[in-house]
Amino acid sequence: MSKKQLGGRLLQIVIVLVGISFLTFALTYLAPGDPVRSMYAVNGTIPSEAVLEATREEMGLNDPLLVQYWNWLTGCLHGDFGTSYSLKTPVLTLLSSRLLPTLKLALLSLLMMLVIAVPLGMISAVYRGSVADYIIRGYTFLGVSMPNFWVGLLLAYYIGMKLGWLPVISIGTGIKPMILPALTLAFPMSAKYARQVRTAVLEELNQDYVSGARARGIKESRILWRHVFPNSLLPLITMLGLSLGSLLGGTAVVEVIFSYPGLGSLAVSAISSMDYPLIQGYVLWIALIYMVVNLVVDLSYNLVDPRMKKNTPSLNRGSKRNAPSGAVGAGQS
Amino acid sequence: MRKNLEFLKKHKAFTVFALLAIALALVAIFAPYIAPYDPYEAILTDALQAPSSTHWFGTDKLGRDLFSRVIYGSRISLSSALILVACIFVVGSVLGILAGYFGGWVDAVIMRIADMMISFPGMVLAIAIAGILGASITNAVIAITAVSWTKYARLARSLVLKIKNCDYIAAARVTGSTTPHILYTYLFPNVMPTLMVTAFTDIGSMMLELAGLSFLGFGAQAPQAEWGLMLSEGRSYMQAAPWMMLYPGLAILVTVVIFNLLGDSLRDVLDPRDE
Repeated sequence: MSKKQLGGRLLQIVIVLVGISFLTFALTYLAPGDPVRSMYAVNGTIPSEAVLEATREEMGLNDPLLVQYWNWLTGCLHGDFGTSYSLKTPVLTLLSSRLLPTLKLALLSLLMMLVIAVPLGMISAVYRGSVADYIIRGYTFLGVSMPNFWVGLLLAYYIGMKLGWLPVISIGTGIKPMILPALTLAFPMSAKYARQVRTAVLEELNQDYVSGARARGIKESRILWRHVFPNSLLPLITMLGLSLGSLLGGTAVVEVIFSYPGLGSLAVSAISSMDYPLIQGYVLWIALIYMVVNLVVDLSYNLVDPRMKKNTPSLNRGSKRNAPSGAVGAGQS
Repeated sequence: MRKNLEFLKKHKAFTVFALLAIALALVAIFAPYIAPYDPYEAILTDALQAPSSTHWFGTDKLGRDLFSRVIYGSRISLSSALILVACIFVVGSVLGILAGYFGGWVDAVIMRIADMMISFPGMVLAIAIAGILGASITNAVIAITAVSWTKYARLARSLVLKIKNCDYIAAARVTGSTTPHILYTYLFPNVMPTLMVTAFTDIGSMMLELAGLSFLGFGAQAPQAEWGLMLSEGRSYMQAAPWMMLYPGLAILVTVVIFNLLGDSLRDVLDPRDE
């Protein structure tokens, strides 16, 4: 990636951030709910219309949309994301205290997913058409068809409750409370990745150099481990970046099931209590993290794949590198 | 008629899955005749009963018959998923065709918005939109449409760009066809098949997204019989009544599996070279 391209990407990130934050801002502005009323309702009081109006004025909720947005945006640039209505704590403090748990959960589930998906994908490609291949393909089909919140409930019931191996409520330190939520997230992802690995390995096995190596009498295991697997696993890096991004945003359901103290469950409660500053801050943060992660992934690709360095358009790799992105795109519900 | 039969014989997988999907639709349509009880009638003395011969799937916290609720649930879950896919399909392909055909600033505006949506995890925005608009199944459909149309827009645009410069389009223009006529008679029929297949394969995953939003409380609202919502109710009674979270989930799984298989087989029928 040249300097110019990098500049373009950074500019694009800024534009998307402004666009997304304006969209959420406009939505909260147009929303039918009344945050001031619900704020008082949390405290159990029902104030008079005059008090409500005074509070609205004080919070700047009567200003025109663009004025409000500008004030909020300049505040964000100074590191002030506003104060949560319902929790009466600065949004920045809330978000940063929840970021680490969600990040840990996302990384653990990515790790689990790789441990499951990569061997499955390899086996099913190398032993194509065998019984193992069919079983693995059945597994991947089940993985994309099962609602992940149901997987979470089943895991919580059978492993957490019936067997009592792991806690159902994920509060506490250490890795134990994270295992069930991470496994829930890893299951559908592992199905998608196993498919992707299978396709990539099959495609690589069809390359001419593989026939060449076989013709020269090189051992099959050596061809697989030294050439085919490294080459076919490289595109996974891009996918991992995308998955990490969507995991950060997509853990909400699982966090709610296991009462995991992460960003997602915070956002869900913020939305239920019409806590607009918190929602806006959350959306902005997720967007920023997601895009920075993707940028870092693209940059790291330059380091890993020597062909990208020379700035020569590689015929095969270029198209392949882009192909998997759509497959795991945003759909990590 | 015979031609149709031959087609069905040739594509056995497609026929089987299409029949299963039709069966599901029939279950939804004839739910009042299939369900043994009223899904909304609460009989508190029957609350939390385990599955038995009188209540096949057991009863929930209000004593409502779960089997009847699962049957009725197919109505909301199926119809909302189909409406959602239709919305995404229409919005996405219309915008994509316009962007591709007119180019220029129309293209720039539409595709920049699409880029913005893609560089952002969709579910986050969908949750935010659904929550802010107020929880209801309609708003959940709007929210998911708002974040998912980009896929179809991109696809439709690329298809239009491919055929836009074909001779027959130029010929139509030269002979004085109006733009709406060209769009309707030449472009639409050409881009539809690919888009339709994509829409079919998406029904399953859209159903999962909708159920997810309902599960979080941003979709269907109690006392509606909707599978995602029923699972969320079942969650609190996991220990006392595990059947409450078992059967609605199973219903989602079966439905999604059928529609995913139908989509895959349809793709095989229309595009045989893709193994």
